[in-house]
Parts: sequence; C-alpha cells; structure tokens
Amino acid sequence: MQAAIEATGLTKRFGEVTALDGLDLEVPEGTVLGLLGPNGAGKTTAVSILTTLLQPDEGTARVAGIDVIAEPREVRRRIGLSGQYAAVDEVLSGFENLEMIGRLYHLGKERSRARARELLDRFELTEAADRSTKGYSGGMRRRLDLAGALVAEPPVLFLDEPTTGLDPHSRLELWSIIRELVSGGTTVLLTTQYLEEADQLADEILVIDHGRAIAQGTADELKVQVGGERIEATLADVAQLDAARELLAPLAVGDIDADDGSRRIVVPITGGAPVLTDALRRLDAGGVALVDVGLRRPTLDEVFLTLTGHRAEEPSADDAAGASEGLRSEVA
Amino acid sequence: MSAVPQVFADTAVIAKRNVIKIRRVPEVLMFVLVTPIMFVVLFGYVFGNAIQIAGSSYREFLIAGVFAQTVMFGATFTGVGIAEDMEKGIINRFRSLPMSSSAVLAGRTASDVIYNVLSIIVMACTGLLVGWRIRGSLWDALLAFGLLLLFAYSISWVMAYIALIIPSVEVINNASFMVIFPLTFVANTFVPVEDLPEPLQTFAEWNPVSTVTQAARELFGNIPPGTPNPRPGRCSTQSSTR
Ligand SMILES: Nc1ncnc2c1ncn2[C@@H]1O[C@H](COP(=O)(O)OP(=O)(O)OP(=O)(O)O)[C@@H](O)[C@H]1O
Ligand SMILES: [Mg+2]
Repeated sequence: MQAAIEATGLTKRFGEVTALDGLDLEVPEGTVLGLLGPNGAGKTTAVSILTTLLQPDEGTARVAGIDVIAEPREVRRRIGLSGQYAAVDEVLSGFENLEMIGRLYHLGKERSRARARELLDRFELTEAADRSTKGYSGGMRRRLDLAGALVAEPPVLFLDEPTTGLDPHSRLELWSIIRELVSGGTTVLLTTQYLEEADQLADEILVIDHGRAIAQGTADELKVQVGGERIEATLADVAQLDAARELLAPLAVGDIDADDGSRRIVVPITGGAPVLTDALRRLDAGGVALVDVGLRRPTLDEVFLTLTGHRAEEPSADDAAGASEGLRSEVA
Repeated sequence: MSAVPQVFADTAVIAKRNVIKIRRVPEVLMFVLVTPIMFVVLFGYVFGNAIQIAGSSYREFLIAGVFAQTVMFGATFTGVGIAEDMEKGIINRFRSLPMSSSAVLAGRTASDVIYNVLSIIVMACTGLLVGWRIRGSLWDALLAFGLLLLFAYSISWVMAYIALIIPSVEVINNASFMVIFPLTFVANTFVPVEDLPEPLQTFAEWNPVSTVTQAARELFGNIPPGTPNPRPGRCSTQSSTR
C-alpha cells in the first residue's frame, strides 16, 4: 500500500527548544495514525510541518505523494486541517465561514454553498448556521472548525486534538464521521491526549515525547510492548491493603498500585493465569479476604505512563519495555 | 483556473469577508466616521483661531493636512485587522488552503480602502461646514482625493507588513501611533515647514506626508498667498502637479 503521509528525520528547533528531533512517520493510504504524546511533545509542530505551515530545519515529508517543502500549494489542495485551537471567523456566520473556505478551495459558488449546508447538517449546526459564530459555544466552534477541514473532501486529513472540548455525544459523532471517511479511503493523522480515542480510531499509534518517537504499534502491540498483564483485586477490608501488597510483592514486575478509597490493588505481572493462581494462594494463606479479582491487559493509560515516564531512564525506545521490566524486578 | 484570475477571485473572497465585518461591527464604523469629524473640528477651531497665516485662512490651509493625517490613521486598521487574524489562527487557516497567499493581504488592504473612502467623505462634508472650500476645478479635487486614498493604501501595506512581523493587536495599536504621530506632525500638515526648527524642517521636507498634503492642498486650490513657495527640487510632486 502506498503511503499517504511519510516523513523522515523531521527536526524543528525554536531557539533553545528542540520541538522535533528526527521524527519519522508513515501513514498508509486509507488508515488512521494516532499521534500520542504529553504536552509539548511536538505533536502540533509535526502537524504544522506536514500541513505546510512550518518549514522543518531538517528532514523531508511527502503528503499524498507531494513534497511539502517543494510544492506546498499542491499539498494544500489535497489536505484538510483542523488545528488545535478552533480558527473560526467570529464576525461571519457558520454558513459564511464554510462557504468562504469552499471558495478558497476553488469549489465554485454553488458547490461551496451546497457543501456548507451539508456539513452544517452533518455536524448538527443547522440551527445556528446563520448566526454569527461569536455566540457559538466552545464545542460548536470546534465542530465548525472540523467541518472546515472537510469542505473540499480532501484525501488526507490532519486533526490536531479534534475532540478536545467536545461533549461525549459530539465526540462519538465525530468518531463515526472519521470512521466513515476512512472507510471511503481518506487517510487521517490525528493527535490526541485521549488514549481511548487512539484506541478506538487509530490503526496505528505513534507515541512521541521530546520530539522523538518512543513507541509505535497498534494499541494491542503497545500493550504487549509494555509487557504482561495486571492483577486487579478488590479487598473486603481496607486494613489488609498493606498485607496484600507485601504478599504480592514477589510476583510484581513493576510498581504496585494500591488505592484506599476503592480498596483496590493493581499488580503488574508477567506469566498470565498461573501467576494469578499463585497470587490467590498467597493471599489466601495470608488471610486476605477478596471481594473481586481479575487478570487484565494493561490499559493504554498505563502504557502511556510507563512509556513516557521511563524515557528518562531508558532513552532507547525499542527495548524500553524489556529493560524496564528487568529494572523493576531488581527494585522488587 | 489560471493563476492571475485566481489571485483576484481569492482577493475578492477575502475582501468580501472584511466588508461583512464593516457592516457587522458598527463600533469600528463609528470610530471611522466620528474621528474625522473630531479632527476637522478640533484642529479647525483650536488651532485655526490661534495660528495666523498672513493673508489667508489657516483653517483652509489645515484641512488637507487633516485629510492626510486621518487617512493614515485609517490605514492602521489594516495592521490591527491582520494582527487580530493572526492571533485567532485565521491566517494559519488561510495558509493551509490552496488559495493565493497574497490574496490574504490584498483582500485586507482593498477592503480597508472603504474605511478611508467613508472617512474622506465625512471629512469633506465637515470641512465644507466649517468653511473649507475647493477653489480649484472639481477634477483636480477628485484627483486630490484619489491621491490621498492611494497614499493610505500604500501605508496599509506597510501596516500589513508590520502586523506580520509583530502579530499582536495591542503592540500594533501602540506601535502605529508611535510611527504615525511623528510622521503626521513633523510635516507641513498643520504648520508651514518653514516655521519648524532646522532638524525637524529637514525631516518634514523629506516626509512623504508633506508631499501628499502639499499636492492635495494645491489640487484643492488651498495654497494661501502668504505661504512661501516650496524650495524647488526638494519635493517633486509640488512642482509637477502645477
Ligand atoms: N512558535 C514557537 N515558538 C517557540 N517554541 C515553540 C513554538 N511552537 C512550539 N514550541 C515549543 O516546541 C515544543 C513542542 O510544541 P508543540 O506545540 O508541538 O507540542 P504539542 O505536543 O502539540 O503539545 P500540546 O499537547 O500541549 O498541544 C514545546 O516545547 C513548545 O514550547
Ligand atoms: Mg499541540
């Protein structure tokens, strides 16, 4: 499959700050790449370079097969961008905003208008369509901005934190719009802080921090990469939490997380069911009463924290998972 | 679509957007209409009575200067508008579209001419009320208005450039006053250049505002007989318009 977005060695410095530090990425046509990273990781900078708003200091990038540095205008014909902060014109109405964008994509008057109406319907802004956007709520502006990215039905979409500020209903609605577009062949690069969103939408997740890729894969692969499973047990008596922690410590491959409020203890392990059986035996022998117990895969949140939290100790991304396990067992 | 008509089409789209803004934000329009009245009346009566120019009406001398000053202030709207669009991310939105990039600025400077057309009309009417008269031909007077607008249009581009470098509404507002006050006051707008002390006089003689003001003054036929003739060779417009 051909790559709709590909970048190699993207580097961007702002004075002292290195926002991007040799980032590589590749998004096959008709797929979704989720760019995940903490604040200041370089997500917006990467999007800005790929959408021709910024020039990289080093590296190259092609979008829809076209070099972003050599032919920015040709790239712009084929992309839609919704930036991190909604850029809607407050003096214009929702309809006028979208119509203007259509005209600037050179869709012609008729088509621009029809498209504006269509998108206002799709994003449930029909009622507010002819009102000045000054009176729009934050979520409405966000939706209008997203609609703006879709005006020209571009084959490649860049969405920078598209669901920030949306209510749960609008978020689900946007997810379904994105899925629909992707099934029609659109390629999407989206950045997000919500791991669930990446889990739900992205075919592939690229975790970046300090402008570098620290992990890449599907949500499942990332979970495997971080390693193992989690035993999650809810105790009958909160007083036994410390006892449980001590009993299970020899099995843990990482920090044990115990929470008084929910009387829950989470123990990272490797080895699956046999280890769970072992754990239950130990707890039983120690006289710890359980309300509930289960074995589960790590959540993406745990993956994210493990990956970004360990970067300082383990700069190499590839073996971060394995090495961190070793490191942690020593501690344990 | 070939490249050249596309620039015009895009410019028209951007200009239309700004014109809608003129209609929908009446506060700005009020400012555009009231400031010129204020300038004409204030300068006309406050200075008009205090300064005497032998054998002529100072008020008549001054009006062309007020015109030049006001259109220059009008041009600062361009900078403010562009800085505002930069701050709100609208310029970045435009930059991600396959439109002609010069249209963003061309549309803005074009629509801002409307502000200046309005303020010139208001000023001319106010001027006529306080005793200013067009003493030359109507054609010359129209030429004078055209020249003032063209001047304002070029200042608009300067302001647009400044706004691109310093994309902050607040800074642009203050910076443009810092530039425009000396430019409009150290000139022949309110007093004859000959009355200024030496270093200022040199500045005023080279100041484009002086050239435009003097040209408008001559086209309106508002040169007071008592005013010494401009030195030949210094300001070419002054001699070429006659
Ligand atoms: N125009 C700029 N001037 C100076 N520094 C900048 C600029 N843009 C970004 N940076 C810096 O580059 C780094 C990456 O910023 P970027 O906006 O790409 O992060 P991000 O991953 O999008 O963060 P967030 O999740 O907060 O949106 C940050 O340290 C930021 O301070
Ligand atoms: Mg960002």
